[in-house]
Amino acid sequence: MPEAASLPVDDPRPPRKLYRSSDGRWLGGVARGLAGHLGLPVIWVRLVFVGLFMANGLGALLYAAFWFFVPLGIGGVGDHKPPLVATEASPGGRRRLVARKPDRGQILALLLMVIVSMVFVSSVNLGSAAKAYLVPAVLVAAGVALVWRQADNARRARWVEVGRRRRTLTLLRAAGGVLLVTAGVSAIFVLQGSAAHLGAVLQAALAVLVGITLLAGPYLVRMTQDLSEERLMRIRAQERAEVAAHVHDSVLHTLTLIQRNADNANEVRRLARAQERDLRTWLYKPEGTGKDEADEPDTVAEAVRRNAAEVEDKHGVPIEVVVVGDCPLDERTSAQMQAAREAMVNAAKYGGEGGAVQVYAEVEGRTVFVSVRDRGPGFDMDSIPADRMGVRESIIGRMERNGGTARLRAVPGGGTEVELEMERAEKTS
Amino acid sequence: MSDATEANGTTGADAGGRHVRVVLVDDHRMFRAGVQAEIGQTAETGVEVVGEAADVDQAVTVITATRPEVVLLDVHLPGGGGVEVLRRCAALTADAEQPVRFLALSVSDAAEDVIGVIRGGARGYVTKTITGTDLVDSIFRVQEGDAVFSPRLAGFVLDAFASTDAPPVDEDLDRLTQREREVLRLIARGYAYKEIAKQLFISVKTVESHVSAVLRKLQLSNRHELTRWATARRLV
Repeated sequence: MPEAASLPVDDPRPPRKLYRSSDGRWLGGVARGLAGHLGLPVIWVRLVFVGLFMANGLGALLYAAFWFFVPLGIGGVGDHKPPLVATEASPGGRRRLVARKPDRGQILALLLMVIVSMVFVSSVNLGSAAKAYLVPAVLVAAGVALVWRQADNARRARWVEVGRRRRTLTLLRAAGGVLLVTAGVSAIFVLQGSAAHLGAVLQAALAVLVGITLLAGPYLVRMTQDLSEERLMRIRAQERAEVAAHVHDSVLHTLTLIQRNADNANEVRRLARAQERDLRTWLYKPEGTGKDEADEPDTVAEAVRRNAAEVEDKHGVPIEVVVVGDCPLDERTSAQMQAAREAMVNAAKYGGEGGAVQVYAEVEGRTVFVSVRDRGPGFDMDSIPADRMGVRESIIGRMERNGGTARLRAVPGGGTEVELEMERAEKTS
Repeated sequence: MSDATEANGTTGADAGGRHVRVVLVDDHRMFRAGVQAEIGQTAETGVEVVGEAADVDQAVTVITATRPEVVLLDVHLPGGGGVEVLRRCAALTADAEQPVRFLALSVSDAAEDVIGVIRGGARGYVTKTITGTDLVDSIFRVQEGDAVFSPRLAGFVLDAFASTDAPPVDEDLDRLTQREREVLRLIARGYAYKEIAKQLFISVKTVESHVSAVLRKLQLSNRHELTRWATARRLV
């Protein structure tokens, strides 16, 4: 069955409210919405509608009622991403052609429906008087449908970003709808035999319209402006509330801790720095809330910053990080990051008195360079006993095992600098 | 500088014969007070704070009225930010006789903020975590016409030039020389100018001139970008 892809998925949304489906729909999305709501294949629902349509057009009436009253929503049958709508669609290759442009498919369906109804109407023998009114009535209906569809699209644009160039299309549509309705209404007039007065009536109608526009226009413009302004304000207020919540949560908490630890300078400094860093990541990174510390970093810059933050927190020594460029982590650079972390720990432990530890990382082409520098007392490499593995194994050894180099400069009294250089692994990601 | 000493007549001889008149521009009163307390002891530091401002309009008024030698400029200010102050004081900055020099003093971590003020004509950038002595030092260096870069700014500059390096439009102007790059890297690694000089076997003056060259290129590359932008749109 070609509809297999659009069978309902088995996670029932808790509040099963009826929505019209905004994607993959032919007309108003009523059938898809209903199918999703009832847990039936769409084709069944559609067939039922067609069947009801045969019964004196009841189906059309029902469909129109649904269209009118049920709000447009996302989903309906299954949760398809918009591009997926393309391939699922329905029987026959015809729709697969228009797959990427669902709108055209919908217009086609609309036209098809109009034609079918025309055929249906002409084949059914109504009274000639009633029959005469049918064509204009259908015209009016088509016009109304066109305009209503547009309202749907405007709604859908809230979920699916619709480009600017669609504007002309919507304008065109509105104009088409109005034209159809006007034509239909005029035709009814003509049929009623009041064609002679048509001109006068149209003029009067136009005059009334212009009058209403003049009277209500400013209000309408004002209203839309107010509305958009209000929306903007609401978005701002929401953002402010979010900031306030964050500040409340973490900053106040930290301030309390600081008050409690007022006589412990190191603890206060540590808290303040941690809080500053947290707030910074939160402020200057739009999406990263700085709270999801749990997940592993996957780029060099992230890893350096994360390591520095952790060492800073643990040892209470400020670490200033400067990162130039970035690249994804691989095996080799991960090893380098571990070595860098070890170097930071050493710097914080033994060189922290001289001031902030400076970490500099640079990704240039295929080379990743990290320098960790402190202004502590420094040390003499040769004077370290052979059994002390910290520097030899964790830093130099680790770098060399992974094909990198490590250089140490430790001038007594002038601080220590560790330089780590590593080529990135061959495979590009 | 004669008017400076006369405005400052009571303080008498200043630290090491150095003297500089400074205007503080920052929208946080507490911060201004803190900086004032830390650098404002004219007798010890040689820095005299002649004016303060909290927003762009005030800043322009105060700077025009007092004609300081150095302005400590916050990047984020009500009324358009530090960039706006720089734009409106462009005539004073360009003045050949007694130029007003700007030193950005920022808490912001965002590269575009910092690069923005530097390109706007600020002579340097330091972070608000800087110590009082370092700040005084930076102020004097800026007064003498040198550029002051914090490690973070050096990182930003390297990044900025790395990203514009791909299409080498104007090699002479837009690109940093190998030496300048080296100097910037060392600044980013936390070296002081003196240490850089020792490391590269050059004089401190040479380091300073390299840094100034970087600053000039940063501004020039901005001008070139502008010209390119304008020509692309047939505005020129």
